[in-house]
Amino acid sequence: MKSLLKGVLGALAIAALSTTALAETKLTIATVNNGDMIRMQGLTDDFTKANPDITLEWVTLEENVLREKVTTDIATKGGQFDVLTIGTYEVPIWGKKGWLVPLTQVDDPADLLPAIAGGLTVDGKLMAAPFYGESSMVMYRTDLVEAAGEKMPDAPTWDDIKRIAGKITNKDKEIYGVCLRGKAGWGENMAFITATSNSFGARWFDENWKPQFDSPEWKDALNFYLDLLKTDGPPGASSNGFNENLALFNAGKCGMWIDATVAASFVTGKESTVADKVGFALAPDKGLGKRGNWLWAWSLAIPAGTQKEEAAQKFIGWATSKHYTELVASKEGWANVPPGTRTSLYANPEYAKVPFAKMTLDSINSADPTKPTVKPVPYVGVQFVAIPEFAGLATTVGQIFSAALAGEKTADEALAEAQDAATREMTKAGYIK
Amino acid sequence: MARAVSTRRKWFFTILAWSVAFVIFFPILWTVLTSFKSEGDAILIPPKFLFFDWTTENYGIVQERSDYFKFAMNSVVLALGSTFLALLIAIPSAWGMAFAPGRKTKDLLMWMLSTKMMPPVGALIPIYLIFRDFGLLDSRGGIITVLMLLNLPIIIWMLYTYFKEIPAEILEASRMDGATVWKELVYVLTPMAVPGIASTVLLNVILAWNEAFWTLALTTKDAAPLTQFIASYSSPEGLFWAKLSAASTMAIAPILVLGWFAQKQLVRGLTFGAVK
Repeated sequence: MKSLLKGVLGALAIAALSTTALAETKLTIATVNNGDMIRMQGLTDDFTKANPDITLEWVTLEENVLREKVTTDIATKGGQFDVLTIGTYEVPIWGKKGWLVPLTQVDDPADLLPAIAGGLTVDGKLMAAPFYGESSMVMYRTDLVEAAGEKMPDAPTWDDIKRIAGKITNKDKEIYGVCLRGKAGWGENMAFITATSNSFGARWFDENWKPQFDSPEWKDALNFYLDLLKTDGPPGASSNGFNENLALFNAGKCGMWIDATVAASFVTGKESTVADKVGFALAPDKGLGKRGNWLWAWSLAIPAGTQKEEAAQKFIGWATSKHYTELVASKEGWANVPPGTRTSLYANPEYAKVPFAKMTLDSINSADPTKPTVKPVPYVGVQFVAIPEFAGLATTVGQIFSAALAGEKTADEALAEAQDAATREMTKAGYIK
Repeated sequence: MARAVSTRRKWFFTILAWSVAFVIFFPILWTVLTSFKSEGDAILIPPKFLFFDWTTENYGIVQERSDYFKFAMNSVVLALGSTFLALLIAIPSAWGMAFAPGRKTKDLLMWMLSTKMMPPVGALIPIYLIFRDFGLLDSRGGIITVLMLLNLPIIIWMLYTYFKEIPAEILEASRMDGATVWKELVYVLTPMAVPGIASTVLLNVILAWNEAFWTLALTTKDAAPLTQFIASYSSPEGLFWAKLSAASTMAIAPILVLGWFAQKQLVRGLTFGAVK
């Protein structure tokens, strides 16, 4: 009996020792499904070789599913994730609530593009490190613009866009002057319409948080958008989002497409039938000093309450470093490097050869999340308002505007409804009385 | 003449039935076809129906990027586990309600059904907090319990309706012969209700397999079923339609095959009571 006891104790001791020897930190990383993130998952050997005590587990999800899941987890301190991929909208809100851990091991923070880093900083502390940044710009068919007897300026105005679109549109041949987002959603049509409205001098709220949809600027902006798409847009534009417009553009049906800079690599890629006929220009303006482009970054952050902060800091340091950029360039070429986060990338002569590099940088630099529009605003964010109520409210307004595009209501009716919805929501949330 | 009309009507209804079936099945067919296209062909306007370059590349990429079998195994365990657990509770409950109803049995049945009317998101935060405190997040046991609770009202209702069809006299006879309640349940009632239990099981396996809200909210990696596998291939900004279609085809294939073989029982399970 004694020897049996000894044996059991011995076995337990060996098991305990071997567990200690194998002790490792397992990081659970929540991420969105896009090309740059998937590429990173394939390159993590570089990180785990240098950090053999850390293993990585990826949870890849569709953007909206991820947002819901991560929000639930972080709000309840569920602790399911150690590293989160979050957008520019969430960082200021979550940072202020104390839901994120300030980052301490980011490689050369001074090198981050100021426009991007500004949106990720709360009370002077970097709460998330940008993995890739994007803005929006005009992508156009050089052949169709030329055939129309026009030349696209590098920095066009909305009047240029309207004129050129009118000349390109040939509905008999199913060629449409311009393709724009119309599908309802705060990250779909409202990203585009809000950014456009900024260039028309409109704003969501005045300095006292009073909704501004009854302003003449909003009336001009919405009327212009509706008129442009109804005259020169594809049929059924009210259900078109990024993917639908990308499909149309790649099939050669759009003269112009104003959307995320990240689309540049898709329209010039091997899936595109018009890859060698695409030009780029800055998002249009109305001569008021603001362009209609947005600013977005997918960033990596650490939720407060994780037990593995040290390892998470290390991982984020690696994933957003200059070293990682060089790693991608060496394996997959400079065109596949995550764009829009670092000044040094744009100073690199190799990267300068990528056709859309300069336009992406100029677009990002021309957006200012703290001063998104002509008049002063009490909020941060270019195509969004960084308050928790925005996602729900903007989706409601997006549905109203999408219905107007589908011809179910006029611009005036849509704006009146939007004003009512915003006033109700802001009153309920206590911003106004 | 009457014969000709009836033949014509028969043809009409046959064609109508096939057309309706085709329309209903078309999204699945389109998903399967898209899964064999390149990403370029998948978004082509106008779309190509059959004449495109068939490729199995998407399936290779999906399998390389995610461990399909791990997700599929979780789906199997969750669907079967939750249905089995629910049966353990539902058979005695339905027995009690069918053969020994009280004054409030009908109200109780209606109340159970009414729990299905609440939007699930209303219970998300409380359940999430309970899961967190009991360490059940991302565990198979936890999600099996939730799926069981979710489908319990339907299972009890289905079994109750089946049991009502069984003459109470047979059970009485077994009691006269000295059978205990347990023996009556196991050796008399259950064997007689096997067809009903089988269709209940099938329907609930399908419901549990397809359940997306709770499985997405409460699982992360270890207990994540195929719903999460599909969600990882969807993207609002990117061209992943062919890969998403391949992932969807892989996710629905097992349940589609099961449904195909068990369609007779399923139809019976879904329509019973409709003509009573």
